[in-house]
Amino acid sequence: MSNEHKEWPLWEVFIRSKAGLDHKHAGSLHAADAQMAIENARDVYTRRMEGISIWVVESKHIHASNPEEADAFFDPAQDKIYRHPTFYNLPDELKHM
Amino acid sequence: MTQVSFEASFQKKIDEEIMIEPQDYMPDEYRKTLIRQISQHAHSEIVGMLPEANWITRAPSLRRKAVLLAKVQDEGGHGLYLYSAAETLGITRDQMLHQLHTGVAKYSSIFNYPTITWADMGAIGWLVDGAAIMNQVPLCRTSYGPYARAMVRVCKEESFHQRQGFEIMLNLSKGTPVQKQMAQDALNRWWAPALMMFGPLDAVSPNTAKSMEWRIKRFTNDELRQRFIDVTVDQIRLLGLALPDENIKWNEERGHYDSSELNWDEFWNVVKGNGPCNKERLATRVKAWEDGAWVREAASAYAEKRKTKKAA
Ligand SMILES: [Fe+2]
Ligand SMILES: [Fe+2]
Repeated sequence: MSNEHKEWPLWEVFIRSKAGLDHKHAGSLHAADAQMAIENARDVYTRRMEGISIWVVESKHIHASNPEEADAFFDPAQDKIYRHPTFYNLPDELKHM
Repeated sequence: MTQVSFEASFQKKIDEEIMIEPQDYMPDEYRKTLIRQISQHAHSEIVGMLPEANWITRAPSLRRKAVLLAKVQDEGGHGLYLYSAAETLGITRDQMLHQLHTGVAKYSSIFNYPTITWADMGAIGWLVDGAAIMNQVPLCRTSYGPYARAMVRVCKEESFHQRQGFEIMLNLSKGTPVQKQMAQDALNRWWAPALMMFGPLDAVSPNTAKSMEWRIKRFTNDELRQRFIDVTVDQIRLLGLALPDENIKWNEERGHYDSSELNWDEFWNVVKGNGPCNKERLATRVKAWEDGAWVREAASAYAEKRKTKKAA
C-alpha cells in the first residue's frame, strides 16, 4: 500500500455564506495546492449553496494564542465593565440613546 | 499544575459543559477513545458509500439516480469532515487509511450486508441512515469541539437521506404486490442489523460508562436503540407493512415497545470480519485507493512543478 506517498498538506477553509458577511471557518481538508484546495472546498463544504466565496490557508501558516495562557492573556478585559453600555445608570425617561 | 490537578480541571470543564478544543489539555485515554471513535465513524461513512454506489447505475429513474448520487457524495463528505476532526487529535489521514485498509480499524458492521434489490436502497436510507441520525444528533453536543462541529454539519445533511429512503419504501409499498413484497423483504432483512448499529447491550459495553462521564456519549446504546424502535414501529405501520419481529408489542408499563432479543453471536461474528461482505467491501476500498495512486502522484507533481515555476 502506498503509505510511502507524501500526504498532501492540510488547508483551513473559510467561507463567506452571503454578500456582506464575514468569511467563517468551515473546516479543513487536504489538497496538493491552493487551486485544488479551493475546488475541494467547494465540493466538500458548499454542496448546498452554503457559500459565495472561499478562502483557503495552509494550516501551517495559522498562528494561535496559547490556550494554557488564556486566563492571563484575556485578563485585561475582565474588570472593565465600564466598556459596556449597561454600566451606566441613566433615567428611564431618557430616549433615543 | 500537577497531573492530578490537570485531570481534575479537565473533568470540571466537561461537567460544566465547556467544550474541549484541540490544543487544550486532555487525558491520554480521552484522546485515544476519541481517535478510535471518530476514525471508525469516518471509515463507516466511506465504506458506507459502497453498498449504495452499487445501485447508482441501476436506479429506476433519472430522479432516483440523481438523488442516490447526491446521497453517496454526501457520505464521502461526512467521511472527510470526520477524518479532519480526528486529525486534530494527532493522527494523520494516512495512518487512518492504513488502519482501514489493513483491517486493523473497524467500521459499522451494517455495511457488511449485501444490497440485493432496489428496495434495499429504500430500507438503507430509512433504517440505516435513520439509526445513524438517532446516534448522531446527541453527538452534536459531544464534549470535543471539532467532533461536535463535524456532527452538526453531518446531521443537517442526513435528513434528506432518510426521507428519500422512506419515499422509496412508500412507493414500493403502494405498488404492485411484487413491489410491496420487495419492500417487506428488505425491511425484514435490514431490521435487526439496523438495531445492532447502536452497538452491544449496555451490560456488555465496557466503554460506555467512561464515555458518558466524558460526555463523548450522551445516551447509552440501549437507550438509543429503544428510541429508534419506538419511532420506527409507527413508520412501519404507515407503510402498511408487517412488523419484522413478531415479539414487537407495546408495553404499557415501560411506555416502550418490547421486541426480540437480537442475535449477538451474529453481531460479533460480523465485527470479527465474517459477515457476508466484509472481504468484498475491504477489497473494493483498497482497490479504489490503489487505482487512485497515480492521480495523487500526478497532482503532487503538478503542484511541485507550479511551485518551482513561481519561484523561478
Ligand atoms: Fe453520513
Ligand atoms: Fe447518510
